[in-house]
Amino acid sequence: MPFTSLSRRGFLTGTVAAASASAVPQLGFAGSHSPLTIGFIYVGPKDDFGYNQAHAEGAAAVKAMEGVTVIEEENVAETIDVQKSMESMINFDDAKLLFPTSFGYFDPHVLETAPKHPEVRFQHAAGLWSEGMPTNVGSYFGYIGMGQYLNGITAGHATTTKRIGFVAAKPIPQVLLNINSFLLGARQVDPEITCQVIFTGEWSLAVKEAEATNALADAGCDVITCHVDGPKVVMETAAGRDCFVCGYHANQSPLAPEKYLTGAEWNWAGVYTNMVQTVLDGGTIDNFVRGGLADGFIKMSPLGPAVSDAARAQFEATKAQIMAGEFSAIKGPLKDNTGNAIAAEGEGFAEDDIALESMDYLVEGVIGSTS
Amino acid sequence: MLPIGALLAGCAVFSLFLLLQGKSPAEFFALVYRAGFGTAFSWENTLSRAAPLLLAALCVALPARLGLVVIGGEGAIVLGGVGAGFAGVLLSGEPAGVALPVMLLAAMLLGALWIGAIGALRHYRGVNETIASLLMAYIAIALMNHLVEGPLRDPASLNKPSTAPLNEALRVGTIPGWNVHWGLAFGVVACVLAWVLIDKTTWGFAARIAGGNVRAAQVQALPVGKLILSFTALGGAFAGMAGFFEVAAVHGSANASLAGGYGYTGILIAFLARHNPLAIVPVAILLAGFEASSGLVQRRMDLPDATVLVLQGFVFMAILMSETLYGRFKVFAPERWRTV
Repeated sequence: MPFTSLSRRGFLTGTVAAASASAVPQLGFAGSHSPLTIGFIYVGPKDDFGYNQAHAEGAAAVKAMEGVTVIEEENVAETIDVQKSMESMINFDDAKLLFPTSFGYFDPHVLETAPKHPEVRFQHAAGLWSEGMPTNVGSYFGYIGMGQYLNGITAGHATTTKRIGFVAAKPIPQVLLNINSFLLGARQVDPEITCQVIFTGEWSLAVKEAEATNALADAGCDVITCHVDGPKVVMETAAGRDCFVCGYHANQSPLAPEKYLTGAEWNWAGVYTNMVQTVLDGGTIDNFVRGGLADGFIKMSPLGPAVSDAARAQFEATKAQIMAGEFSAIKGPLKDNTGNAIAAEGEGFAEDDIALESMDYLVEGVIGSTS
Repeated sequence: MLPIGALLAGCAVFSLFLLLQGKSPAEFFALVYRAGFGTAFSWENTLSRAAPLLLAALCVALPARLGLVVIGGEGAIVLGGVGAGFAGVLLSGEPAGVALPVMLLAAMLLGALWIGAIGALRHYRGVNETIASLLMAYIAIALMNHLVEGPLRDPASLNKPSTAPLNEALRVGTIPGWNVHWGLAFGVVACVLAWVLIDKTTWGFAARIAGGNVRAAQVQALPVGKLILSFTALGGAFAGMAGFFEVAAVHGSANASLAGGYGYTGILIAFLARHNPLAIVPVAILLAGFEASSGLVQRRMDLPDATVLVLQGFVFMAILMSETLYGRFKVFAPERWRTV
């Protein structure tokens, strides 16, 4: 079975429990009364207003469930540190379900640790599990590019200079998809809008993020969003420069209540409580799970006070199309910003198209370069 | 003697800090013992972490014997890692017996050039080696990012830009019977060799003289320039070796995770060890044990991960302040000064 079809709605509707009964003895808590210990590991601080906070909010939701004990570690580097943190949770706390949440934990750290602990389930965020990898490893992620597309719609309505800005960490597929989606959303409003992107080169480097934001504001961008681990600096700096902001990872509206349009947020609380419930019920979680807005993997921040009625209407209409599963953000006719054709008229990439996970281009209208 | 006193003093101040937070110091140190040294797994955890720290500390300690404060070992580690990773890709068809030594040499050579250049800048141009090494570490990290995201990138490494994964045969395994990679053994041997060099050879003796009083050394016609170049390069070579093990034993390819901060922890270890290579071994293991316990401390006591860093900071301050106590008390009279 192709894994995209394994992954989506089936998960949330609980059919995952179709999961073989053979998994029950393997995991071994069905019917037992000792609490299931679940470990969450974050690469940064869990109150970073960003990637890690989104996962920590998910962990907090799991903590409220019956029959589980949640343990957490923050600021765990993508080195032997994370291997040992996972093993420490297994050895000292008898953890049976682990959520190492940073992309860089996957290869080699999760892949090398999992075979040593077959009784433990490793659920990794953002990795690309494929056949042949350990079966006690699973990877899950969400189509948050659609959230950036919706961000782009509010940005397209808010901009007066027709220039919007994006502070990005690294030119990798997930980030490029977000940048492209943000611009294409804005271009749905006005095809003349351009998006300037600045790569900081690091996932978390506050000084460069502030410099990049200021540079974008200096260049005339009046709506700014980002893809870095902690968007706090970008949000506060941009709002301080009187730019509108669109959030990412978590809800950053408290940082700039007047300037915040909306934000693409992870909804890990729903995802994690479902996964944990599956395990508590004696089922197994699929090895490869993806989901979007419709599956409750991502959500949008409530629209801010600066969002116009026209923007709101277009935002809601597009969101409804996405929810109905009939929408492609990346669709033809489309060229990249060096002139190569990406998609012809009538062609499009659905959000779950695996090709999007190896994106290596910026679309026409994005000012910036992938290298 | 004095460093141990300073270590205890640092722990004492840290205990006050914990009490102010309403936490029990006894519980803290019990957890540190348990997670760092209490079980077989704890030892594996501690020793795995100690392996790169031993080599990183040598990169500080060796130049320090000449009076140079080099704090940019991180740069040599990441470049060493890139060198090893790239050499591994080029030699992927070769047998491990050929490829691994070449990868190790490539890593050590890059590290030696990088830190040796800092020694050269110091000797020939009078550039402050502390600032230069720190800034060059940032350059090294930027260079590493450029290489693994650009010319050396494996196109298949989508969301984590890396060099191509090493052939399984070119991975360095664990020491038989332990879940600890060979970097530990190389680190310990390197410390012993460095000690022999410094304490048992005329070259090391000359370095100690130059470190104690560079004018006296020049009057004696000691080759101060060659000493500076050789000691900085050797320190860099050891840091580069740490990069080799990070790539060949841990990551399997060179990527941004190489900048793991070992170079900076190495500074603390070298100072705690008073730049004595033999003392680096227990000190590195102690500090690695602290770091190994960080997770359990977070989980059991609900303390932030920075707690162990605060402890390291207090200990470091205590060590630096204790320097002023040398010679003030008979009991603390440094043995080295009596014997040299």
